Amino acid sequence: MIYLELFLSFVQIGLFSFGGGYAAMPLIQRQVVDAHGWLSMREFTDLITISQMTPGPVAINSATFVGIKIAGVPGALVATAGCILPSCIIVTVIARLYLRYRSMNMLQGVLNSLRPAVVAMIASAGISVLVSAFWGNDAVISLAGTNWSLVCIFLVSLILLQKFKWNPIVVMMLAGVLKLLAAVIGG
Amino acid sequence: MESRKKVLLKIFLSTLYLSAFTFGGGYVIVTLMKKKFVDEYHWIQEEEMLDLVAIAQSAPGAIAVNGAVVLGYKLSGMAGVLTAITATIIPPFVIISLISVCYDLFRSSFIVSQLLEGMQAGVGAVIAAVVWEMGAGIVHGKSVLSGAIMAGAFIAACVFQVNVVLIIIVCGLIGVIRSLVHGRREKR
Repeated sequence: MIYLELFLSFVQIGLFSFGGGYAAMPLIQRQVVDAHGWLSMREFTDLITISQMTPGPVAINSATFVGIKIAGVPGALVATAGCILPSCIIVTVIARLYLRYRSMNMLQGVLNSLRPAVVAMIASAGISVLVSAFWGNDAVISLAGTNWSLVCIFLVSLILLQKFKWNPIVVMMLAGVLKLLAAVIGG
Repeated sequence: MESRKKVLLKIFLSTLYLSAFTFGGGYVIVTLMKKKFVDEYHWIQEEEMLDLVAIAQSAPGAIAVNGAVVLGYKLSGMAGVLTAITATIIPPFVIISLISVCYDLFRSSFIVSQLLEGMQAGVGAVIAAVVWEMGAGIVHGKSVLSGAIMAGAFIAACVFQVNVVLIIIVCGLIGVIRSLVHGRREKR
């Protein structure tokens, strides 16, 4: 039952992604790439890239993208519904409790411990993206198999972001254009 | 406040608009929600809005969706929640549906595939910059426990490929214990 599988996968993504956007990435990767093989690592990276260029949360974008690919528009609807269901329930309950009690020390304590873990998992997801970019999908890491033009583009992008505080969307666009130019000039 | 129907319509239109034009993640959209509902409509007080944003950020799920839920709930109960969520989802759903239909065509074009490949490196850089910033914030916090959690979670995720859900649950439990111990110390 593919609809049920999609639904349950995205319920998990919705339920366990704390901290928004980037934090959802490792979970989505685990569900749609590692566990079910609905997307290849390359398609997943494309999806992240597309999500960065379009409005809307990564999780919703992924639900739509994966749902359509696997089971058409009904699949997309089911996956999206799964993705937002935990939010609807949990946030409504917390909002209700908050409006009544307005004190959330315990929640703050949990958050303080989740935050570093979230950063670590984002880092881990970032490494997967870079390995896929630098060494292709087989991910055999070798000096000869390295895509050096992408390594250079990565470094340039990083400097523009860190040192010159460029807008991330502009940097990503530039990275794409640089690769296109390199491909045209190089061959 | 205005009549309920009018309020719902306003919630729908403004969240639809915000969702369609907010690039750059959940943190941006909650700021814009504050501008709209606190500064423009005066439906919510500033301080209360901050708490609602904290709820949206701390609960699991996409921040934009959570923001829509708290806002809808606060303004108009369950009807508000459904209205705001529907409006938030429509723009990304439509846009990604269109893109995914053209994806194969998209991908087989030389120009697009080169652009996408280069942008992968760009995305990697964006993620690296985000990690750097957030990681620095945690290191500056000078909490040994937070540093240890970060290092441990990274090794678990990256080297041992531990399921991320498990990592989150374990770290959440550590947080519960931490706040219990902390609370007891404060009482003494």
